[in-house]
Amino acid sequence: MSELFPLTVQGAKVQRRGKVLLGPVDLTLEGQGVTVVIGPNGAGKTSLLKMLHGIVRLSAGKVTWACGQTEAQRRQGFVFQAPVMLRRTVLENLTYPLQLANMAKPEAMARAKDWTQRIGLGDAQTRQATVLSGGERQKLALARALIRDPDVLFLDEPCASLDGRAMREIEEILQAAAKSGTRIIMSTHDMGQARRLATEVIFILRGKVHEFAQAGAFFNSAQTVQAREFLNGDIVE
Amino acid sequence: MSELWEGLTQAFWLVVTLDADLVGITLRSLRVTLTALILASAIALPLAAFLAVRRFRMRRLTIAVLNALMGLPPVVVGLIVYVFLSRAGPLGVLGLLFTPTAMVIAQVIIIVPLIASVAHQSLRELWAEYHDLLISMNTTQTQRIATLLWDGRRALLTAALAGFGRGIGEVGAIMIVGGNIDQVTRVLTTAIALETGKGNFALALGLGFVLIALAVAVNLAIHWLSRTETEGRW
Repeated sequence: MSELFPLTVQGAKVQRRGKVLLGPVDLTLEGQGVTVVIGPNGAGKTSLLKMLHGIVRLSAGKVTWACGQTEAQRRQGFVFQAPVMLRRTVLENLTYPLQLANMAKPEAMARAKDWTQRIGLGDAQTRQATVLSGGERQKLALARALIRDPDVLFLDEPCASLDGRAMREIEEILQAAAKSGTRIIMSTHDMGQARRLATEVIFILRGKVHEFAQAGAFFNSAQTVQAREFLNGDIVE
Repeated sequence: MSELWEGLTQAFWLVVTLDADLVGITLRSLRVTLTALILASAIALPLAAFLAVRRFRMRRLTIAVLNALMGLPPVVVGLIVYVFLSRAGPLGVLGLLFTPTAMVIAQVIIIVPLIASVAHQSLRELWAEYHDLLISMNTTQTQRIATLLWDGRRALLTAALAGFGRGIGEVGAIMIVGGNIDQVTRVLTTAIALETGKGNFALALGLGFVLIALAVAVNLAIHWLSRTETEGRW
């Protein structure tokens, strides 16, 4: 297996109906740690994640993984802000990505059961995923993304509208994944969460990367005025 | 009103005594329409999923045509199939005219657009829901289609049942291509048309009630088999 990183973004731009959502973005991400993308609503956090993940069409520029696009795509996972639940049971949601990878059924089943325990849904294995609560859905989506042991995991506001407990459970899973070597790139609007998880921060404003720095440096002494205002809780537009 | 009542009693007696003609006709109706339904579903459901998943140049046109074909007049379908299958027609050598096979062919043509349109409506919504996830998981097109067909199976059942309803109650096309031959191609609907023409209203009504009961029974049976009522929300 060749190396995924560095991930290089050169002049990448995302447009929809003539409106520039993101870019041009120039960025190089290295292979370790947790990158947290922050910024006001509509700044382009989701677009940035989707662009890195390769599920939106670029109108200019390019995103290059060190190992090439096809292999990189196989080794990534993505958790959407509004988690998409397959209309199946909890277990079947978890075995689905494994079946796509042609894993034998008994092994897929065993892995899925293991993951239901880890995310605290052990008693809900045969329940329909669509009737789960918001926090449970988010955890299931996270487990479904992690079950294939991706090398990179993207998360788009994984804890939006979740309460403290669900958030802590999700952060624990994320920290465990990060510790075992999964590269995490996530967006959040919760500064507490950003401080807890981030090793580096991308501050994004009006579709552009406004500041990109190590977490400690960013939170202590952000370079730009807007970033400092944003961290202070002021409204930045 | 007395005819309705007579029809009911006659239907009752026909069913209770298991009248040989009635049983034969009913089984033939079922066989023709169920065969047509299976063939039509095998064509229409994957087509519907394909239209939901794949973006191609003529897609909108295809969907529009499919929707328009839902209103295809059965008599005209029958006529066209007749021309194709008649001795002088391009498929005349097969000798299929006035056989149950010809009736199946006509019904397949009639119900494919209906099943495909109804199925496509619901699969399109399901695809909108799944789109990001399945793209993100790097699925192949076949996997996407298979996922939609499996997860949308309840809605597809409804589509198939609509097709069954249209097929079992259809008379114009099968009358033309089947010929309403006793013991060979006579089915419930053509028998009703014949008995009405002869003035046998009671018998015609009796057959009619059997037809209705049959349609309801098949619907219930399929729903029961797929446990729609007991499982989940769909």
